[in-house]
Amino acid sequence: MGFADFAFYMFAVVVVTSGLLVVVSKNPVHSVLWLILAFLSSAGLFILLGAEFVAMLLVIVYVGAVAVLFLFVVMMLDVDFAELRGELAKFVPLAGLIGVILLMELALVFGAWQSTANVADLRDAVTPALSETQNTAALGQLIYTKYIYLFQAAGLILLVAMIGAIVLTLRHRTDIKRQNIVDQIMRDPAEAMELKDVKPGQGL
Amino acid sequence: MIGLEHYLTVAAALFVIGIFGIFVNRKNVIIILMSIELMLLAVNINLVAFSSFLGDLVGQVFTLFVLTVAAAEAAIGLAILVCFFRNRGTIAVEDVNVMKG
Repeated sequence: MGFADFAFYMFAVVVVTSGLLVVVSKNPVHSVLWLILAFLSSAGLFILLGAEFVAMLLVIVYVGAVAVLFLFVVMMLDVDFAELRGELAKFVPLAGLIGVILLMELALVFGAWQSTANVADLRDAVTPALSETQNTAALGQLIYTKYIYLFQAAGLILLVAMIGAIVLTLRHRTDIKRQNIVDQIMRDPAEAMELKDVKPGQGL
Repeated sequence: MIGLEHYLTVAAALFVIGIFGIFVNRKNVIIILMSIELMLLAVNINLVAFSSFLGDLVGQVFTLFVLTVAAAEAAIGLAILVCFFRNRGTIAVEDVNVMKG
């Protein structure tokens, strides 16, 4: 068994185990940490498959942004998770049944599946040899030419998601003091101060 | 030698775990969102494995778009969750039908 095979089995076992622990662990913070481990291990699988760019994207976008977002929300919301998990055991038989049925269906598909004979001719964008172009450069040459409209649509999706998240969570609190910049700019000496002509010896 | 079938098996196991997680944690929306992320990760493993073993880069391009949609979905889902928690003080899923107009 070569090093690549050993690495595959290690990453595969870690991905599946940490995926299982994501859904069964008692503390949601632990769930998020297991999710991060699952993402990192599958990034290892992607590197074994020769997809370095997707692997790095997974580490940067998922571990760096999405998982940390989950962690923020889990820690920010003061939720009584013990209460939410109270009836966990009740759903295990149903969930296990559905999982086993789905697994059997996937196994059936797996047994009957095969590639067509002319699979090599049907490729839309043949991966260039590694000596010619690296994975990242090859992907860039494809995304910025052939799939440029889809790429910009993906950017639009992210923009809409960003605006939507801000609109959903923004709230204008009225019970706190805040700086009103327009008020500050519109303030002029005429209304801000008053000159009093004080007579000597009289006071105000 | 590690073949395509090995990767497909891992992805299938991860997908089933995601489904299992959704049904097991029926009350906790955060874990449900994480299970959805696991399922999308399984799909990504499938796409990249086929892309690598058939020598077609389109699978990896598609993975990028799946990643984009998954990130957007997580952001919107968590924003809705925060909004819901502020109004209700809980994240139990069975109360979500109060969001109906």
